[in-house]
Amino acid sequence: MKELVVLSGKGGTGKTSIVASFAALAQSKVLADCDVDAADLHLVLQPTMHASHEFWSGQIAVIDEEKCTQCGLCQDLCRFRAINDFRVDPTSCEGCGFCFHICPAEAITMKESMSGHWFISDTKYGSLVHARLGIAQENSGKLVALVRQQARGIAESDRLDHIISDGPPGIGCPVISSLSGANLALLVTEPTQSGIHDMERIIDVCRHFEVPALVCINKHDINEDNTSSIEKYCFSQGLKVAAKIPFDNVVTEAIVKGIPVVEHSQGRITEEIESLWHHVSQALKG
Amino acid sequence: MLQYELSQLRSEDGQSMIISVASGKGGTGKTLVATSLALSLKERAKVQLLDCDVEEPNAHLFLRLAITHSEPVYIPVPNINKEKCNYCGKCAQVCAYNAIAVVPNHVLTFLELCHGCGACSYLCPEEAITEKGREIGVVESGHSNGMDFAHGKLNIGEALAPPVIRKVKEHTSHEGITIIDVSPGTSCPVVEAIKDCHFCVLVTEPTPFGLNDLVLAVETVKELKIPCGVVINRAGVGDGKTEEYCRKEKIPVLLTIPLDTEIARLYSKGITLVDGMPTWKDDFVRLFDKIGDMIHERTGRLER
Repeated sequence: MKELVVLSGKGGTGKTSIVASFAALAQSKVLADCDVDAADLHLVLQPTMHASHEFWSGQIAVIDEEKCTQCGLCQDLCRFRAINDFRVDPTSCEGCGFCFHICPAEAITMKESMSGHWFISDTKYGSLVHARLGIAQENSGKLVALVRQQARGIAESDRLDHIISDGPPGIGCPVISSLSGANLALLVTEPTQSGIHDMERIIDVCRHFEVPALVCINKHDINEDNTSSIEKYCFSQGLKVAAKIPFDNVVTEAIVKGIPVVEHSQGRITEEIESLWHHVSQALKG
Repeated sequence: MLQYELSQLRSEDGQSMIISVASGKGGTGKTLVATSLALSLKERAKVQLLDCDVEEPNAHLFLRLAITHSEPVYIPVPNINKEKCNYCGKCAQVCAYNAIAVVPNHVLTFLELCHGCGACSYLCPEEAITEKGREIGVVESGHSNGMDFAHGKLNIGEALAPPVIRKVKEHTSHEGITIIDVSPGTSCPVVEAIKDCHFCVLVTEPTPFGLNDLVLAVETVKELKIPCGVVINRAGVGDGKTEEYCRKEKIPVLLTIPLDTEIARLYSKGITLVDGMPTWKDDFVRLFDKIGDMIHERTGRLER
């Protein structure tokens, strides 16, 4: 069983549209949406949810007003500036428990916090593990780890060949949690200055965590000069550009219809994504 | 022209008027809006642009910048004095992040897990723990054509963006207008970037993905009690459901930017919308005036 994660650094380059197409093209797989704070894959895969679970993670400090003597020690020591006027701001509290340990009046307790939900759903393309981080919650990295662990469990019990994960944008906590230990990262970029800059950083992250990577240039025809810069850069880094996908409004049409683009269009874009999946599945074998 | 004079923008707490630009979904045009808004206002007010997308900062690619100052961002992590340590295990017990483990005659630290809360060093009965700085990123500051600028860069392989974001926000000016470019999503980096802002501009695109993530972003700003308005970018693609949602939720649509190959071409080359198509400046000034009206209605803080 091999695990693919689709990342980009920059948001909005087309990760989810490509993963949804892979869902339709790959034979034996489980799907995982690791973009837990803005998950979109379910909008294209039309899942039927058959299990919803609460995600309890981390703690939040709570001050008992009755016991609090307003000595101010907790406010002075909190490095996250989460305590003001002897009240805890839950969106700033990082759950370290420092205040709980030092309060002379023992007025502070640590309360477990429900940070979101995770789901196992059926789709016509196979099982999908997805999640929704609670509003303004922390611990997205832990929720991502949980989604991957559940997907792995399904892949093992159903003897599936692939885990295909839709990753979050950026390079921080949830990205690292999506990437570390995966077999292959597919990096989706676009030929814009921002796309190039962000791709260079995510390439470095893949190298840091020793995950092999392939690159896909989406909307390559919106700026051919930038596309050739990306190709040169990838060549210099020893990375293969596995596909160049043209800009086409059929991608957005497919999103509006709620289906993978390869099922909406028979045009060049579909051929390119099919060829991309071929490259990716070969790389996963290697 | 600007309805609000600079002197009236100063709030009671001696801060600038802080407007953040966020989105939920990535790639909807946050940086496009943040840079063009800042450039449109800078001829008429003191403007500062803070790029708080420290994982993938992009605003600098669009501006002719002079970076005058660069400072590393450290988080304080435990440094254990083996002479003093008696392996009592208190530090491991109080660490909420499993960054310290104590085994017989040995203390193991996993510094990449440390949030720098300081509990271990403060609570060590033997005073055997001091703190040392671990570099996780850098904040660079300077100016661009008369506008103040700062951005943060999280180091490769580091997980914790919020300490770098906090460091960028320490540059927040005491007067004028501060525009904050925010990372995509709705979790801790976004909360860190938008909290304490006076207004949040949410940039979306009129597709089911854009709308799904806009709804999450709206819930996040509501949780933080920050007033918001929407910019619809690439109008013409997708469907009309975003406008319908905004009408229903009574969230004002502050500006609509059409799907336009010329705009996309400028963006791809790293040229801001108002530099490439200067007529857009008036639209961004009007956008700012709408924000001023909304803040005025909400707090009565700005006197005409």
